[in-house]
Amino acid sequence: MPDTRKITVTVNGQRHEAEVESRLLLADFLRHTLDLTGTHVGCEHGVCGACTVMVDGHSARSCLMFAVQANGKSITTIEGLAQADGKLSILQEAFQNNHGLQCGFCTPGMLITLSEHLRDNPDPTEAELREVLTGNLCRCTGYQAIVAAGLDAAAKLRASKAEHA
Amino acid sequence: MKPAPFAYHDPTTIGEAVALLAQHENARPLAGGQSLVPMMNFRYATPDHLVDLNGVEALRGLEVGARISFGAMTRQRDVEFSGDLAQACPILIDALRHVGHRQTRNRGTIGGSLCHLDPAAETPAMMMLHDAVLTAQSAEGSRELAMGDFALGFMTSALEPGELLTRISFEPWAKTHGWGFEEYARRHGDFAIASAGVLLTLDARGAVSRLAMVIGGLAPAPARLSDFEAQAVGAAPDDDFIKAAAHAASSVEAMDDAHVSAAYRQHLASILSARALRRALAHARERSLQHA
Repeated sequence: MPDTRKITVTVNGQRHEAEVESRLLLADFLRHTLDLTGTHVGCEHGVCGACTVMVDGHSARSCLMFAVQANGKSITTIEGLAQADGKLSILQEAFQNNHGLQCGFCTPGMLITLSEHLRDNPDPTEAELREVLTGNLCRCTGYQAIVAAGLDAAAKLRASKAEHA
Repeated sequence: MKPAPFAYHDPTTIGEAVALLAQHENARPLAGGQSLVPMMNFRYATPDHLVDLNGVEALRGLEVGARISFGAMTRQRDVEFSGDLAQACPILIDALRHVGHRQTRNRGTIGGSLCHLDPAAETPAMMMLHDAVLTAQSAEGSRELAMGDFALGFMTSALEPGELLTRISFEPWAKTHGWGFEEYARRHGDFAIASAGVLLTLDARGAVSRLAMVIGGLAPAPARLSDFEAQAVGAAPDDDFIKAAAHAASSVEAMDDAHVSAAYRQHLASILSARALRRALAHARERSLQHA
């Protein structure tokens, strides 16, 4: 008999109830149970960062958490980053404009990591962005365009905040 | 790469957690999961019972006062962003910034890292440097251990089966103390090939009045330079003194592996300890002026 639990998880603002096996990783719960395949699974041992999601507002590797541990928590995935009208977020747009992705495999993790960082540090230096991105591997871009996108998004987010202030 | 099946338990008190560990064969506590879950994904670790500590409120919390005290489940991020700790114990924050990455420090815990006891890990080195006292609890009762007695060897702690690390504490150094932490890894956030941590205070003449030095990554557990620390008291911290410290650091017995030779680790230890010591001296002089 597999060990199962009933869990309630809020993902991108939507409540989900499910009966899951204890050993089911959060990444696999998102992808296979909820069909939210935007969260990518690369190394499955916490090194590549592709599966990064936000758990109660903090980035975490969803391959290093069990779905049962997300019970009662609020998760944000790449599917939850766009604006309510479906338009890309400022950060997503910056990735597009700066060629911040090539194959796109690492992009969901990059976007979640940078969303958290820019929320907590609206005016980052290039060195700070490079440090925070050490937790996300990209094998295409050489990171230059990703850092450029991060800096571009930071400037645009500050400008939009000033406008609305 | 999926973990083998296990039975999941989510206690809310320390009593429930240690009872579960006592009751079940092959049970493992789950802290932040940043080392245990990768090992389970690879099936290097196949516990039959997983006792998740994330819901145990009494294991959380960080106090900064006459002693600095951490519940074992204090997350690395909470230490990293503690304003009180930045004042009382800045070396801890410098060292923690080298622990993994933003995403892993958001989950990873102080107690989990101590129990995992990787020879290159920063948290065990920091607790060794501060002569931390650890509290372990089991269904039979609790006991206190010095960090030096806790770290038995390569990824091996003195915890008995069924025992849980609950609290870690140490006395902060004087406000005028200097600190320095240096490490070398191939990429930021990788395990260090070698690291060095230094705490010191200077007397009114500028001579060393107290010194603690720790070297990580060389020996199976972080190593204090106790003999050198004892000789250092009263010494003038000049270039010869720094050379002697670097020599003591490079004399720590070092491990070889497929990537890094023992000699290279010792070479790094000598360079890093000299840098950490210079940094500590600069901080101590600056802080002595501020508090004069």
